[in-house]
Amino acid sequence: MTLSSPAPTEGEIRAIVAPLTSLEGPLLPMLHALQDEYGFVPEPAVPVLAEVLNLGRAEVHGVISFYHDFRKSPAGKHILKICRAEACQSMGGNALAEATLAKLGIGWHDTTRNGAVTVEPVYCLGMCACAPAAMLDDRVVARLDEARMDKLLNEAGA
Amino acid sequence: MKDFIIPQFAPGDDRDMGTPARTGAPVTLTIDGFGVTVPEGTSVLRAAAQVGIMVPKLCASDNMEAFGSCRLCVVEIEGRRGTPASCTTPVAEGMVVHTQSGKIKKIRRGVMELYISDHPLDCLTCAANGDCELQDTAGQVGLRDVRYTPGQNHFDPTDTGARSQAEARLRMPVAEANPRYTPKDESNPYFTFDPSKCIVCSRCVRACEEVQGTFALTIEGRGFESKVSAGTATDDFLTSDCVSCGACIQACPTATLQEKSVIEMGTPERSILTTCAYCGVGCTFKAEMNGDELVRMVPYKHGKANRGHSCIKGRFAYGYAQHKDRILKPMIRDTIEEPWREVEWDEALAFAADRMLGLQRKYGRRSVGVITSSRCTNEETYLVQKMARAVFMNNNTDTCARVCHSPTGYGLGKTFGTSAGTQDFDSVEKSDVVMIIGANPTDGHPVFASRLKKRLREGARLIVVDPRRTDIVRSPHVEAAYHLPLRPGTNVAVVTAMAHVIVTEGLVNEAFIRERCDWDEFQYYVDFVSQDRHSPEAMEALTGVPAADLRAAARLYATGGNGAIYYGLGVTEHSQGSTTVMGIANLAMLTGNVGREGVGVNPLRGQNNVQGSCDMGSFPHELPGYRHVKLPDVREIFEKAWGVEIDPEPGLRIPNMLDAAVDGTFKGLYCQGEDILQSDPDTHHVAAGLKAMECVIVHDLFLNETANYAHVFLPGSSFLEKEGTFTNAERRINRVRRVIHPLNGYEDWEVTQLLANAMGANWHYTHASQIMDEIAATTPSFANVSFDLLEEKGSVQWPCNDDAPEGTPTMHVDHFVSGKGHFIVTEYLATDEKSGPRFPLLLTTGRILSQYNVGAQTRRTANVVWHPEDVLEIHPHDAELRGVNEGDWVRLASRAGETTLRATLTDKVAPGVVYTTFHHPATQANVVTTDFSDWATNCPEYKVTAVQVSPSNGPSDWQESYNEQAERSRRILPAAE
Repeated sequence: MTLSSPAPTEGEIRAIVAPLTSLEGPLLPMLHALQDEYGFVPEPAVPVLAEVLNLGRAEVHGVISFYHDFRKSPAGKHILKICRAEACQSMGGNALAEATLAKLGIGWHDTTRNGAVTVEPVYCLGMCACAPAAMLDDRVVARLDEARMDKLLNEAGA
Repeated sequence: MKDFIIPQFAPGDDRDMGTPARTGAPVTLTIDGFGVTVPEGTSVLRAAAQVGIMVPKLCASDNMEAFGSCRLCVVEIEGRRGTPASCTTPVAEGMVVHTQSGKIKKIRRGVMELYISDHPLDCLTCAANGDCELQDTAGQVGLRDVRYTPGQNHFDPTDTGARSQAEARLRMPVAEANPRYTPKDESNPYFTFDPSKCIVCSRCVRACEEVQGTFALTIEGRGFESKVSAGTATDDFLTSDCVSCGACIQACPTATLQEKSVIEMGTPERSILTTCAYCGVGCTFKAEMNGDELVRMVPYKHGKANRGHSCIKGRFAYGYAQHKDRILKPMIRDTIEEPWREVEWDEALAFAADRMLGLQRKYGRRSVGVITSSRCTNEETYLVQKMARAVFMNNNTDTCARVCHSPTGYGLGKTFGTSAGTQDFDSVEKSDVVMIIGANPTDGHPVFASRLKKRLREGARLIVVDPRRTDIVRSPHVEAAYHLPLRPGTNVAVVTAMAHVIVTEGLVNEAFIRERCDWDEFQYYVDFVSQDRHSPEAMEALTGVPAADLRAAARLYATGGNGAIYYGLGVTEHSQGSTTVMGIANLAMLTGNVGREGVGVNPLRGQNNVQGSCDMGSFPHELPGYRHVKLPDVREIFEKAWGVEIDPEPGLRIPNMLDAAVDGTFKGLYCQGEDILQSDPDTHHVAAGLKAMECVIVHDLFLNETANYAHVFLPGSSFLEKEGTFTNAERRINRVRRVIHPLNGYEDWEVTQLLANAMGANWHYTHASQIMDEIAATTPSFANVSFDLLEEKGSVQWPCNDDAPEGTPTMHVDHFVSGKGHFIVTEYLATDEKSGPRFPLLLTTGRILSQYNVGAQTRRTANVVWHPEDVLEIHPHDAELRGVNEGDWVRLASRAGETTLRATLTDKVAPGVVYTTFHHPATQANVVTTDFSDWATNCPEYKVTAVQVSPSNGPSDWQESYNEQAERSRRILPAAE
């Protein structure tokens, strides 16, 4: 994952999505490819994707905005997703989440001042049996308490 | 967009049946105890509507597929579990449905209560009051209370717990404390988008996709955060892809999308059916009125050309009728150097009659003539040509169709035996391959384009033959299989090469040709077209079309199923316009694509009544019904009806009139509803011709450019102010109804009658219907047409006579009307207008969605927001060579003249080709076009002019001197008291 400093050009975006045009239902893979490259889906990609796939700009916007995982701006270095679904809530997930946010001094979807961690809510990681759970980048962590959360945050450099 | 009503409801009943009609085998079921039989595939919701039971619904509408999101149309079905949505449940044999029960009522009220919990209770002051489906449905389900306490919502800007926006304003006049509240988007000049009233039923989004086919709208976000969005997050309606067709506004069940005219004037109380006066599609509209005030124009669901759809022009751009530039009093002047003098009708008519009669005495019977208008009604056109023939006693009558579709008349007449398109617009729903040649339907004929796009999304294939990459070539969810970007002026070569492929590859439909066409002529044609010089490979260097693409396109047309050809002025407005039309007819006959639904040859007529004005005998050689004036038996019919002797000599065409005027033998002209100075080619020549005449009578809404050279101005009436008929591109005779009184006091046909009578004619028509009766009595293809029949049927397609009492949707069904179809050889001859070192580029002209022809109407509406001036499209490569940047002023020069305008860089045009529109008199694009014309009909060659483009600082000398003259000419002295 790289953070590009100048806005990505149309040519760069085309180069990223071009190999995917032959897929069936290529829009989502293209959006993932862009997010993998830039850490978010840059605004200039919307008309390019619309043109490449012969869709309306509005349709592309509709798809991007439907999925919370597609970011409109860069995230921090790491993304911490805290589960807020029923099982985790019943095991103290809400309190843990609030405590974590308070410790970091940020709200949901925000990034710590040092740019290390962005905190996002998530609705069920499939770890209900060992709630509460969270996910740091691609790693799922279960049976969380404040101490284990602190360890995770330390690891992420928050 | 289309709703097949089975059975037909009473005229005027345009209830929303909930879901689209189906055509399957009959299925019988019981709904609330009533038996009903409907086609298989019909929804329970629609079947219920069929027996008059209107199940409450919010997200369904019969012009779009069922969506099943609002959950209000739930019903109970015996033997089935739960409460299925009736819109998404298809009928089944023997099904027993209950639309009302305690359980259902409770569900509906519960759902409605949730909707209303996020909707402001401002009904009394809402623009949709009285026309709100949400309000109606709340009433229908018996909602009596909203028990939810105010919480998160989208309507209260203050977030203070107010239940209405009025209450919120009282609580906190300025604050916008609710992050979910989005203020009104008023960017579009014709309608507003107020998300605070939106119930997110998706009807607008689906209308934009399914009906209009533009895909400009979406639902942004998900869950409670879902909202309708035009374009992307940074767009508003004006910057989005929205084309203002109005489909979303019609679809909206609330005031979220609302016409500004309704917000301003209130809900209309009645409506009158009439026909749009813009393009040749001929959409039927409901003119919705408050007293004598026109509140809005809404496309009529049962209009057979438009099937409930519209475009920006018909739907919104009618404000010109009330524009302050309208001239409502007659005016005269002795010379064009003088200012105009407002006078009473009597004086103006006497002045005009004296002058015209004097000219005829002095210069001869044939020194004066008329020009009829494709904008006016059949009845008006008929009277104007009758004036030439029965009052002036000559055949000097021509029409603006001369400059657009006269080659269609000639070409289709020679091949098929009649001068008209072969299909109705519904036909496109059965087409498998559609070939568009020299037409830009998304801009020029938007409602047809929407119907075509719908068919293309269903899988039909598209071939586009056009020098420009028009929007239909590729737009969301539609892509042409082949775009053949030919060099302007090489239509005949391309069409002939396609025929070469079809013939030499053995793709001809021999059975059809043997049965329907003249076999000897076919043999001769085969010898001609098989020659190697017509092969795509041999033609490639000339046409610029890759041979492989052309071959593939020809194969697709010949073998892809029902093949339909639609063409426009890109075919006709050439030195070989008539030849191309015949070449197109040849293609259809070769492949047997004539005489049934889904196929055919269809000219897309530019103006509302091009077809009609041609039918009405506007041409100098033809009496009404395309019958030659030289034929004594034809003359006799009219001599008897009119009580005069008709000149057997054909008269002058428009260009001949102008030439004769310059030569001093043509002296007087009555020109109704056409601006020849702006619309006809080679403006210098037109101006010289008009200047040389001694009496020019202009009968128009506005002081148009031609009026700068006129001596008499007779104020005209708009389509809203008159009774009559227009005949659209599918030969459909549609009624035009008077919705307001003529602002000038007279309908146009009355003015023509007054003028004729001032010259001694003694005509006594008291209603337009009497003129139609005379047309029917004298013209066999109109024999059964009457206003009474149109009242009963809504519209009919000619021929409408004893052979076809209900009209003729598809022509040439069993045989060509003339007997056999005729193949005619189409030898390509290059135009004399050639590019060369001095004029290396080829200019082609056209029009765009928001403006219409010379712009006399659309320039006087808010449509100018989208197209404030004509611009020159130039390929970036050609621009770079000339040092031209985006938005620069450029000088556009041809052998005929020069003008200046701004340039825009685009690869829609190929290198070597430039393009502009002719909507604005300030540009005067026709100063540049030449007086080359079609060999058979004199239709001007607008589509090819050799030009040079160079950077410029501002208006040309001609533009400046012209503007000065125009300004001087438009001075008006008030009437003497």
